[in-house]
Amino acid sequence: MAKVEQRASLAKSELADVLREMLLIRRFEEKVEERFRAGDLPGFLHVAIGQEACAVGVCRALEDGDVIASTHRAHGHTLAQGTHPNELMAELYGKQEGCSHGYGGSMHLYDVERGNMGANAVIGGGLPHITGAALAFQMRGEPRVAVAFFGDGATNIGTFHESLNLAQLWTVPAVFVLEDNKWAESTPESQHSPIRDLSARAKAFGMKAIKADGQDVEAVYKATRQALDHARSGKGPVFLHLDTVRFSGHYIGDPQVYRDREEAKALRATRDPVEILRERLAITDEEFAEVDAEVTEIVEASVEFAKNGTDPAPEDALKNVYA
Amino acid sequence: MPELTYREAVRDALSTAMRQDDDVFIMGEDIAEMGGSMGVTAGMLDEFGRERIRNTPISEMALAGAAIGAAMQGMRPVAEIMYEDFLTLAAEQVVNQAAKLRYMSGGQLSVPVVFRTQGGAGWSPGAQHAQQLEAWFVHIPGLKVVFASTPEDVRGLLWSSIYDDNPVVFFEHRTLYPIKGDVPEEIEPIPLGRARVHRQGEDVTVIATGRLVHESLKAAEEAERDGISVEVVDPRTLQPLDEETLVASVKKTNRAVVAHEAVTRMGFGAEIAAVLQYQAFDWLDAPIERVGAKFAPLAFAPVMEAFVVPHADDVLAAIKRTVGKG
Repeated sequence: MAKVEQRASLAKSELADVLREMLLIRRFEEKVEERFRAGDLPGFLHVAIGQEACAVGVCRALEDGDVIASTHRAHGHTLAQGTHPNELMAELYGKQEGCSHGYGGSMHLYDVERGNMGANAVIGGGLPHITGAALAFQMRGEPRVAVAFFGDGATNIGTFHESLNLAQLWTVPAVFVLEDNKWAESTPESQHSPIRDLSARAKAFGMKAIKADGQDVEAVYKATRQALDHARSGKGPVFLHLDTVRFSGHYIGDPQVYRDREEAKALRATRDPVEILRERLAITDEEFAEVDAEVTEIVEASVEFAKNGTDPAPEDALKNVYA
Repeated sequence: MPELTYREAVRDALSTAMRQDDDVFIMGEDIAEMGGSMGVTAGMLDEFGRERIRNTPISEMALAGAAIGAAMQGMRPVAEIMYEDFLTLAAEQVVNQAAKLRYMSGGQLSVPVVFRTQGGAGWSPGAQHAQQLEAWFVHIPGLKVVFASTPEDVRGLLWSSIYDDNPVVFFEHRTLYPIKGDVPEEIEPIPLGRARVHRQGEDVTVIATGRLVHESLKAAEEAERDGISVEVVDPRTLQPLDEETLVASVKKTNRAVVAHEAVTRMGFGAEIAAVLQYQAFDWLDAPIERVGAKFAPLAFAPVMEAFVVPHADDVLAAIKRTVGKG
């Protein structure tokens, strides 16, 4: 998943690879659901099935040196940012070969070398880090941008408001990516926010806001490029509002008693980012099956890799507490 | 040896680090033109400019979190939290983020940030501007915690904290800012995790932090008149803790008093008492005495405030109890 040559929009020739990457994330997360239900995976896991275009569209638009902070729903961001599926799956299995060496788990995925400053199990927890990272880039005169992912639920927490305020006040090169899936865990947006247009919250700080269809990976990429260009040119941070859909529950195993099943089914039928791109590219069933087989094999291999990984020694728990 | 106030000593450590190192900068509320609510950063704006003496909004979560984010990118920020009571507002970032980022990333990240803060009673601000909350942070693996009591110590320890690759919560005591003391010509870094024996003694060891170091030294002089020889030790760093020095002192004197301004119940002294009873049980000739604040928020009325927090006479009474003269 090498970064492509940077441009304002995705070239047609890259779109097949983009589709493949989104499908890989989809199949990876489906496998994670399966292995969790089978009892293989410990912990608390959240998948982002339906939101693949946000992860891929944003991360593909980044340049080397840019950094991201992710959320508790982090598998897609992590893969899109270049972490190998083997390392990610090994982390979910709690192995030393994992991207956090078994210290993190699904909600604490890190790959600092690839600019992934980490998932976060506290809603809004990573937002001020992105303001601070962008401040460091600004102070050192580095042409880098720091990017925070978060959901609509995070727009109610103090760190969101404080971080955006500070970022705009100091015009730091940051992009705040709202993956607006309309759910804060089990609570719908109508119950957690008094306003329907969450971009208004960024505008209240005087921050530039860009909206895009989060199910259309080309639109996400294009909007991200605009946002990055703005931030990188020193004009200040950007609020990137992606309208997206969470097909799955809040966590794996969530019975979703709070959700209208028919509505969820309809969203899946009409707003699947993989299907949207597949149709646009007019890919035949045969071609799709070929790609599917290829990514499924990668996912299966990641499970094998993870299962054969090295268990940490119990006393390794005492390492890495201090530098 | 030059003489500096505790306030000047903090400023000297900050300024010297900033002169030699572009990665060091300060952020906090009212630290620029105003020079900080305690005057610690007075004059620094003129020397270093607005980029590096960075006034923030009243926004503890973001200022702590942004300092963490900058530290993750290799800067060495010093975030001033105006009153340690306000550390509670930044606690999520300090406790869940700064303390654990290195760990959760399996050692990939370092967070070389210092959270400088201050507190302490004696000026009647009431219950929300003078608490002593160091024990909260000593409880969190991944944080280092410093509480300096003299100009020399505060300068050398702050220097070490700035250059430590871990997050450090650095406590200063408000009433100590004007005290004067000799400091070395050049800054001598004081390693984190090394206690200081302020006064040698034979009969009782008083282990004290912050303002209570000075109260304990007064009490020790009083006790001396009664023929009780008191050793006063300041751990200076609460995490890591120099257990060796504390235990060695108690093995020598066979009696111990722990003293701090924070509330006694679950205070840092409880941990010291536990360490001592375990490592020096057979050497102890008396129960370990604990001196700290009574179990009440800080009251406004001066007589009530003074009643709640401990003073030299409380330490003296504890010393006397350990030698059976109480």
